[in-house]
Amino acid sequence: MIDAVNGFFAWPGRVFLEFLSYMGQLALLLRDLAVAFRSGVWRLKLVAHQIVAIGYGSQAVVIVTGAFTGAVFTFQTYAKFKDFGIESTVGAIVSIALCRELGPVLAGLMVGGRVGASMAADIGTMKVTEQVDALRVMGVHPVDFLVLPRFIAMMISMPLLVAESIAFGLLASYIVAVHGYGIPEAWFLAHMREHTNMQDVLIGMTKGFVFGIIITIVSCHQGLKAENGAVGVGIGTTRADDISSLTMLICNFFLSILLNYLSPLGTGM
Amino acid sequence: MSADKQEPFIRIRGLRKKFGKQEVLSGIDLDVFRGETLAIVGPSGEGKTVMVKHIIGLLRPDAGTVVVDGVEVNKLRERELAPVRKRVSMLFQGGALFDSLTVEENVAFPLIEAGVRDREEVNRRVHEALESVDLDEHKHKLPVNLSGGMRKRAGIARAIVGRTQCILYDEPNSGLDPIVADVIDQMILRMQKRLAVTSLVVTHDMKSVFKIADRVAFLKRGVIHFLGTKEELRASPDSEVQDFIEGRSGITS
Repeated sequence: MIDAVNGFFAWPGRVFLEFLSYMGQLALLLRDLAVAFRSGVWRLKLVAHQIVAIGYGSQAVVIVTGAFTGAVFTFQTYAKFKDFGIESTVGAIVSIALCRELGPVLAGLMVGGRVGASMAADIGTMKVTEQVDALRVMGVHPVDFLVLPRFIAMMISMPLLVAESIAFGLLASYIVAVHGYGIPEAWFLAHMREHTNMQDVLIGMTKGFVFGIIITIVSCHQGLKAENGAVGVGIGTTRADDISSLTMLICNFFLSILLNYLSPLGTGM
Repeated sequence: MSADKQEPFIRIRGLRKKFGKQEVLSGIDLDVFRGETLAIVGPSGEGKTVMVKHIIGLLRPDAGTVVVDGVEVNKLRERELAPVRKRVSMLFQGGALFDSLTVEENVAFPLIEAGVRDREEVNRRVHEALESVDLDEHKHKLPVNLSGGMRKRAGIARAIVGRTQCILYDEPNSGLDPIVADVIDQMILRMQKRLAVTSLVVTHDMKSVFKIADRVAFLKRGVIHFLGTKEELRASPDSEVQDFIEGRSGITS
């Protein structure tokens, strides 16, 4: 009985300690990454390779996600707005939502699932097949060679992918609203321009930048700590996706508050 | 070889390592002298690879010291180990070649990372290394398209291309046919004769041990159970040593 009670109270403590340990590991990885970044040896060929893998490789995912989110959001909003006779303002709602929330969050989740899992699996496989140890034996720090190029590539690619997702979402919204429901083009565009500006797009891209950092750090960390062969790599890959997705969603809430404080809706930053 | 009169290239004292509750190394004392080939033998799971990984700083000891060429590696941080690792290379059991690079790129990797920028020199040294392991015609292949023996030979080429002073071999002959195993033994001998490279060879292959080793260390229960020349090993009265040499399990049918 006493053991059961002890176990019950020990559980939250254990979870908290594990959380602290995990945050400590991420902090150490960030420290190594900062040292690698400051060294100035950025291996631009690897960075370019990663930009192709992340940016070019994610085109279909980002375009389809952005376009169909914009289309379905327009479809649903139009149905309700029509009841109030304000269907021409659909463009404004869709553009604000896409720029500030839906574009960065959905692109982040989709890229996190695709690229983050790939990072964790690639590095994890190298870890369990001693390729990471081989790097270390040759005097190459794994963070310098494996994490830094991915980090730089992600910092460049993610904001652009988010902007692209927003652009295709707006295009799809325009097609559904103007060509599908017959909303006058001038009204649709006028409302969109009136209620959104470049700051809204920049907010989306800023979120994309932060999400890129989260995806890279979480996924590379899972890869670098992989052990126990293929099973360990599988577990690391799944965890990378789970942790980065949840972290992005939680961070998005706080980022929205902060960015909305810095640049309230409809104003400049 | 008057090994005892020399300063050791590798000096290990009181090395202890635990994984969880299991103590794998229980106080290793060992010297490896410049230019000698020392074979580490012993039953599987007794910590031979763990010991070798401490020498190059891949693992941190719980207690004890590991000194390589005058540098106490167990006190260095990961980035501070780079100069030591330029003097010592390692052949991993599975080769540990980079999957995404061809054989040629794998072998060139340590040179490029060491800052050799002259493309012609890189090509020449890679060609020499690949030729010495008879892999020159396979240089454009990816590791996935190589056999186990070829992967090991490519790993050896990568280990020797930097012209390091010491090479650690982790089971270089395991899983190879006798002919390829002999090729690798001859290569290890050649490296010692031509370049006076210090070699530490973890192996189970006693035939190979008697061919290449100057001295043999028998690791059991986390300590060096026997250390001596090949002749001393053969003449050892220790039944555990003799059972291992002869491959006697003690189980009868």
